[in-house]
Amino acid sequence: MQWDIVIDNFPYLLWGAYPQGPLGGLALSILLSIGGIFGAFWIGLAAGLMRLSKRWYIKLPSVIYIEIIRGVPLLMLIFWFYFLAPILLGKTLPEAESALVAFIVFTGAYIGEIVRAGVIALPKGQMEASRAGGLTHLQAMRYVILPQALRNMIPSFVNQFVSLTKDTSLAYVIGVVELTRAAVQVNNRTLSAPMEIYLTILVMYFVICYVLTALSRKLEKKMARYQARG
Amino acid sequence: MNYTFDWNKVLSGEYLDWIISGVGVTLQISAVSLFIALLLGTTIAVMRMTKIKPLIWFSASFTEFFRNTPLLVQIFFWYFGADSLLPRFALDWLYEQDFEFCAGVIALSVYTAAFIAEEIRAGVNSIPKNQLEASRACGLTFIQAMRYVILPQAFRIIVPPMISQALNLVKNSSLCMTIGVAELTYMARQIESYTFRGFEAFTISTLIYLCISLIVSFSINFYNKRFLRAVSY
Repeated sequence: MQWDIVIDNFPYLLWGAYPQGPLGGLALSILLSIGGIFGAFWIGLAAGLMRLSKRWYIKLPSVIYIEIIRGVPLLMLIFWFYFLAPILLGKTLPEAESALVAFIVFTGAYIGEIVRAGVIALPKGQMEASRAGGLTHLQAMRYVILPQALRNMIPSFVNQFVSLTKDTSLAYVIGVVELTRAAVQVNNRTLSAPMEIYLTILVMYFVICYVLTALSRKLEKKMARYQARG
Repeated sequence: MNYTFDWNKVLSGEYLDWIISGVGVTLQISAVSLFIALLLGTTIAVMRMTKIKPLIWFSASFTEFFRNTPLLVQIFFWYFGADSLLPRFALDWLYEQDFEFCAGVIALSVYTAAFIAEEIRAGVNSIPKNQLEASRACGLTFIQAMRYVILPQAFRIIVPPMISQALNLVKNSSLCMTIGVAELTYMARQIESYTFRGFEAFTISTLIYLCISLIVSFSINFYNKRFLRAVSY
């Protein structure tokens, strides 16, 4: 057991070569997942609401988007955007940005499904009552349905955030120095303590994800009390 | 945009063979891992439902730990860390086999088992509790009650999420490329480095994954329509 290697390199695992060099390690992983979830929220909201529409030309693009993205491994998307960006932009996109785009597009599809399920889960009477009260469909959505539905969705968003945090490790494959790649670098440099290094970052990921999962379970329990019932 | 697409290059001769063998390995590693994950997942779920404290504690920490850590790091852990975990003779045996494949199977099946265990638990919990109590009151043992009353009902509820777990497994198997298992993603990467046709290679393998997923999700929908209507309480 050579835990001193882990201890010596712990700052590198936490924030990479930061003050002297680019930000990396756990800090970059967290940054990627926060950026990813914020971007994905808006795409997912749009996709989820579009999928609920009765007009086929609004519904169809979102069905195609959601079903395609959910059917493909994230690793594929990361590679795909990585190779697509130079073709579209004419220049190479930095790895971290390219991975972030893949995360946003990927998570957006899953959030789209969460939004759809959240809106459907509300009792139908809510929409009918708002329409009867004289609101248009859009107003009813904006002022009655979404405020309730989005609040009920918070636990699912947290779960999605947890799985995105785990998925940021995949940015490793295109060379982003987030926590996993930082660990691989430390391992390649030292070569004698792979078990200790990987166990350490497993625990680091676990602490973050477990705290968030526990939080989302608590929220779920709390929210069940305020649910509008049919 | 001055990039000329060249699909033929990727879809002919040797490269086509690579893609086909990649699909083969993807399906193979998924099937083997799914089988082990089902056994392991069921065991873990049953342990969680018993009344024995150490078993509950073990299975709870097993599922929590493996669900809350990235699969990629787990793969690295099994692949690079096995050296210091396993005894010499087991290592020698593993190195004689396809070690990458074995490490991939271990990581995938442990990870998937954690998710499967939760699905099974959720399915069994969704059966009203008094069913178990009634069967026990009628004189069945716990095992009998599980076998003849609870599980047959839970099974129908569990099947659809189980199929989507299998699907996730196929998608997750793409991560095994990082340790050199020659599955579909690995082959796409390989073709990219031989031909510089990354975009084409990855588009084609994306389409293959998509086909697998769509076939499976259609079958889930079919199942839901055909069988699940029957079990409305």
